[in-house]
Amino acid sequence: MRALLAFAAGLLFALGLGLSQMTQPEVVLGFLDLANFNPTLIFVMIGAVATHALPTWWALRRGRPLLDDELHLPTATALDAPLIGGAVLFGIGWGLAGYCPGPALVSAASGSEQALLLVGSMFVGMASVQGVRRWSPAARRVKKAHAAHPSTDGALRGL
Amino acid sequence: MHPYLQALAGGAMIGASASILWVFHGRIAGISGIVGELFTRKPDGVSWRVAFLTGLLTGGVALGWFAPERITTLPDTSPIWMVAAGLLVGAGTRIGNGCTSGHGVCGIPRGSRRSLTATLTFIGVGMLTVGVMRALGGLS
Repeated sequence: MRALLAFAAGLLFALGLGLSQMTQPEVVLGFLDLANFNPTLIFVMIGAVATHALPTWWALRRGRPLLDDELHLPTATALDAPLIGGAVLFGIGWGLAGYCPGPALVSAASGSEQALLLVGSMFVGMASVQGVRRWSPAARRVKKAHAAHPSTDGALRGL
Repeated sequence: MHPYLQALAGGAMIGASASILWVFHGRIAGISGIVGELFTRKPDGVSWRVAFLTGLLTGGVALGWFAPERITTLPDTSPIWMVAAGLLVGAGTRIGNGCTSGHGVCGIPRGSRRSLTATLTFIGVGMLTVGVMRALGGLS
């Protein structure tokens, strides 16, 4: 049931991207192009945020989802350098090609060679961040602490 | 149907998709996070991630078959730019912990200050990038 619902959500997401023209990089770039502005992306965001707002509030008020024990919320709250720096890098890549991860995957699945190329290097980008995190001095410190005190297992997640 | 109405309807489908993951699974429908977690050594929640991505890719295949006009490519764009853009999108979304869907669609209705900041940042930088590329004579 959980997998079926997740599959349906993925399918709905892809078809929504297609209907809203987000799989057309020239439409996305039009939103980012102030000299030749295309507001389509604003309507997509309005539709998505408006639809998601009430369910967001409802599950938060209920405190837990229907098919799991907890809401998996991000724990970070600070406006820190990785947040801003990552958003800057992503913004440059988005502005170069007009693809964010969702439309890139959907277009690649449809056979677009441009999108396949972009998705391939996107995976490399994602994996290298993970690699740096795993081997960075901070990660090694956490691992050492874990070896000494196995109770710190939670701190290792995501490395 | 007018393209803006299609955009609203398509956006509503994306919002409904995010609502399914949030209400049933308690998960955030951020594509970069759903994919990126699979690159970690001990990924958390593999089955729902794989199921979601299978649905997403199935939707892509269906669009390619039944609505190929919806999948366009930029004319005269060198593959080098696609590779550079992919690296930046992949690394940036993992460092910044989210993309258009995770920060934009999911974070904003939740009232997350981080998501609003990230969204305004990548939109602003995206606009700047397009402006610079235009001034330099395009992507070719």
